[in-house]
Amino acid sequence: MSSITGSNVFLRFSVITLLLGFWILNAPIAMAQVDTFAFDTVEQQQRFRHLSDEFRCPMCQNTSLTGSTGGVAEDLRREIHRMIMQGMTDREIEQFMFERYGDFIFYRPRLRAETVLLWFGPLLFLLLGAWVAYSISRRAKVVNETGTPSLDSGQQARLKDLLNDK
Amino acid sequence: MNKFKFYIPVIGFALLALVMWRGLYLDPKELPSMLIDKPLPDFQMTTVEGAAITKADLPNEMFLLNVWGSYCLPCLIEHPTLMRLTESDQIPVVGVNYRDKQALALNWLDDNGNPFQFSILDEDGRFGIDLGVYGAPETYLVDSEGVIRLRHVSVLDEQVWADKFLPAIEQLKLEAN
Repeated sequence: MSSITGSNVFLRFSVITLLLGFWILNAPIAMAQVDTFAFDTVEQQQRFRHLSDEFRCPMCQNTSLTGSTGGVAEDLRREIHRMIMQGMTDREIEQFMFERYGDFIFYRPRLRAETVLLWFGPLLFLLLGAWVAYSISRRAKVVNETGTPSLDSGQQARLKDLLNDK
Repeated sequence: MNKFKFYIPVIGFALLALVMWRGLYLDPKELPSMLIDKPLPDFQMTTVEGAAITKADLPNEMFLLNVWGSYCLPCLIEHPTLMRLTESDQIPVVGVNYRDKQALALNWLDDNGNPFQFSILDEDGRFGIDLGVYGAPETYLVDSEGVIRLRHVSVLDEQVWADKFLPAIEQLKLEAN
């Protein structure tokens, strides 16, 4: 009953192969970029890639401009391309984005009064934790040092007696 | 002192709970606008009907700038409020037709009614970028000097109008006097 005929195995194998084939064929298509921007140099193209990765899509929130299919991301990619072709520096393009969308647009926000806590908050908590750990370990040490009781001569004698009794 | 130390975790928990409680009621989708207290960006565009228009054509009084599109379902929800504001002469409303097609926009206005003095046609979303728009609907309160004073992201219904816009408008009127 449990024996599998040869043709059955072959059938299963071909179905799996077929599915695998579809998956491999479809994967690159699903991930392809839809933009078709023309650049004069490879350097410009790399800058475009880099900048689109560094900016966050304001609509989809946790997607970069590169990965977002949102309308505003499409527009912003077009603007980045335009600004690169106009010869604007990365710094100028970042400023353009900042003036319109604020710190949110950067995955790595600028260091400003408003973002200080974001940048150094984790360090603050680390220091706080270190301080707590340090003070606990110091207290444990103090207890340990004074915790070994020293006996006066009377007590020493009594201790000896008790031990010898046995 | 020792008694106080005992309460440190309790106080810590209370503070954390407070922060998280507040977090529950924050909308991460609502980003702060960079243009608050800044003048509206200059523009030379056309209206949805095709007439040339610049910043100088905007109302000389306080007005609403409403970002909309024919594809935008929430815009239909806030549409009655905008109609009421216009029909009762409460405040002029100017539209920005954002990332839409002119023909579709005209149809939408025909079908639903037009609450706008005029709508700026922004088919490629370029004007929207200068405003810091990231999706329709959005509504800006602009004062008589052409300075943006308030931005609201998503639906402007009667509740939002009463809770957010009316107090801001009262405040601006007080400041003007």
